[in-house]
Amino acid sequence: MTLYTVIFYVLAIVILGSTLLAITRRQPVHAVVYLIVAFLGTAALFFLLGAPLLAAFVVIVYAGAIMVLVLFVIMLFRLSPREFGLLSEWGPATLLGVVFLAVAVAMVFKDPGSGIVLQGAVAQPRDFGRFLFDRYWLAVEIVSILLFVALVAILQLSKTRERGGNEGEARVNPVENTSEALGPGAGQRSIISNGVKEEIQ
Amino acid sequence: MIVPLGHVFLLAGLIFAMGLVCLVAHRNLIMTLIGVEVMMNAAAIAFVAAALRWQLMEGQAFVLFILAVSAAEISLGLALVVSVYRRTGSIDPDRYDILKW
Repeated sequence: MTLYTVIFYVLAIVILGSTLLAITRRQPVHAVVYLIVAFLGTAALFFLLGAPLLAAFVVIVYAGAIMVLVLFVIMLFRLSPREFGLLSEWGPATLLGVVFLAVAVAMVFKDPGSGIVLQGAVAQPRDFGRFLFDRYWLAVEIVSILLFVALVAILQLSKTRERGGNEGEARVNPVENTSEALGPGAGQRSIISNGVKEEIQ
Repeated sequence: MIVPLGHVFLLAGLIFAMGLVCLVAHRNLIMTLIGVEVMMNAAAIAFVAAALRWQLMEGQAFVLFILAVSAAEISLGLALVVSVYRRTGSIDPDRYDILKW
């Protein structure tokens, strides 16, 4: 039982606990904050398993960029946490998860290779980057195209409303629904946004 | 000398199952996307452990691609959620009935 073993189990407990807290929250903001803790624990785990560059990427991309993006999007909605419960079929869903987990555990421990103790090794960032661009440069380019396609799709999705026109009919009812569901503040907001829209036109 | 490979896979499997439950059980589209992120995270942990087991850097390279794909997925998913919220005023998938006549 070396120090690394102890660190691994402590990190595993932190990740599992914060993920469990995250998936049981009804308020998405709380879930995101717990998930940031889980991702930081994952970054430390990557560092322990010999991937320092990936640990840095997880902190930057997952815990930094993606979670902040989710937080900003949550702030775009006016939602009360009471509005969302679990699905009425959450029991079968959890049962399916447990069955999946049992099968996976049985498969992992049936394999004789699972008892092999991991030997510590570190992929230095310089070696890793050279390896990546040496052998997987095409995949890196494809990933960059994928990110570009996502960017174009997001721009297109967020542009459709400003043009108005063909979805004007579809927009009338939802505004009323919003004001009914969310109280006087939301109605006020939709009036304001309509006013702004008229000014633009 | 860290831990047996099976323990790391067990951790990844537990996290994946939690993400699965989060994906299926919540009726909030943002929580659904968060469940997908948790599952991607579990996959990344399994890949890094396998890279250390066989002492090959391919596993770590794939984790990098998992990261990029999940970034694209979450940003596009959030844009879709915002767009559908503008159309229907709700992010509860049970309320999407504008195709019903």
